[in-house]
Amino acid sequence: MATAQAHTETKWWSGGKSPFNVEYGKLMMWYFLMSDAFTFGAFLISYGTIRFSQNYWPDPNEVFNAFPLAGHANLPLAFVSLMTFILIVSSVTMVLAVHAGHNMDKKGVIKWMIWTVIGGIAFLACQAWEWTHLITGDHAVMINGQIENIGTTVTMNPWGPAANVAAHDGHHVGTPGPVAFGGYFFGITGFHGFHVASGVGINIVMLIMAINGTFERKGHYWMIEKAGLYWHFVDLVWVFVFLCFYLI
Amino acid sequence: MEHAVQEITFHHEPGGKEVVSKIIRTTVILSVITIIELGMGLGMYALPMAAGLKLFLKGVIVILSLAKAFYIVGVFMHLGEEVKNLIMTIVVPLLLFIWFIAAFLYEGNSWKNLRNTYNPKQAVSAPAAPHEAGEHH
Repeated sequence: MATAQAHTETKWWSGGKSPFNVEYGKLMMWYFLMSDAFTFGAFLISYGTIRFSQNYWPDPNEVFNAFPLAGHANLPLAFVSLMTFILIVSSVTMVLAVHAGHNMDKKGVIKWMIWTVIGGIAFLACQAWEWTHLITGDHAVMINGQIENIGTTVTMNPWGPAANVAAHDGHHVGTPGPVAFGGYFFGITGFHGFHVASGVGINIVMLIMAINGTFERKGHYWMIEKAGLYWHFVDLVWVFVFLCFYLI
Repeated sequence: MEHAVQEITFHHEPGGKEVVSKIIRTTVILSVITIIELGMGLGMYALPMAAGLKLFLKGVIVILSLAKAFYIVGVFMHLGEEVKNLIMTIVVPLLLFIWFIAAFLYEGNSWKNLRNTYNPKQAVSAPAAPHEAGEHH
């Protein structure tokens, strides 16, 4: 509470002190993340614009209903929920690593950074499975009077409204969905996955530096804090990717 | 080190167990919100419901996601503990999103309406040139 008192009474702009009360690197990380938020925001808003301009858009519950090793069981949103919880948990282990760093607890930082890296890799593995399943998972679709089997790619996808025919084996036959669906899905989740991958890389570097005692010699763990900001941002973006592609 | 000390006038106290319990509380909040969102998403799929109710549920899910964002930024990223000057330089520019979202979604919707009501025959016959004879020089 003493610091809160000091904050309100301080004349931040009268000179002699840093008006933002943070170190340069951390401030720049915040501004980088703000600009990155605009990049992601532009992508998601563009997706929203195209989706609003279409008369038909695929139902995410029908597109994302597969789970590894579950065969053809209809499990809408199950796998993506798992991915969401993996990312939330890895965000929690990251904040615990930052907390351990505040207390100069080297062992704690190493332990929680290892869990964070594992969480990041687990998320990427899930995404790789999901992409593979979408690209290779064929569905019967009526194209120019012919029934063809197509997967979800950036040029075509089988998620259009149902056609008025049934295949000879009794399966549903669809029509091609809006072309933009695949492009936006792979583009935006891919850009997010790229952020996760670079975050894992940064976290591994931080882990190695913590093990080598670099931060202990410096006398602070501020680098962990900055890596943490980036990692939480990745989790934050997933909240909105999850919202726009899977929930609504 | 010397340089960095000047950049930070007031250091945060490291904090102990109460910080960990705050982290755990936030984790529980985030998980519960996510489960509620998933329940609503699945409800829209599994139960037959009117378009208006669906739209309402989607609005609720959006608001819940914003709450999640608030907790991640405020607690996990510790923005809530920073100086007000810093908070404002991050948060105020993001208000531009309100306009971006409203303008672009309106644009998308208008695009759909124009395409649905477009009548090619009418468009071709409309611009009749009044002085065709006078075109020759």
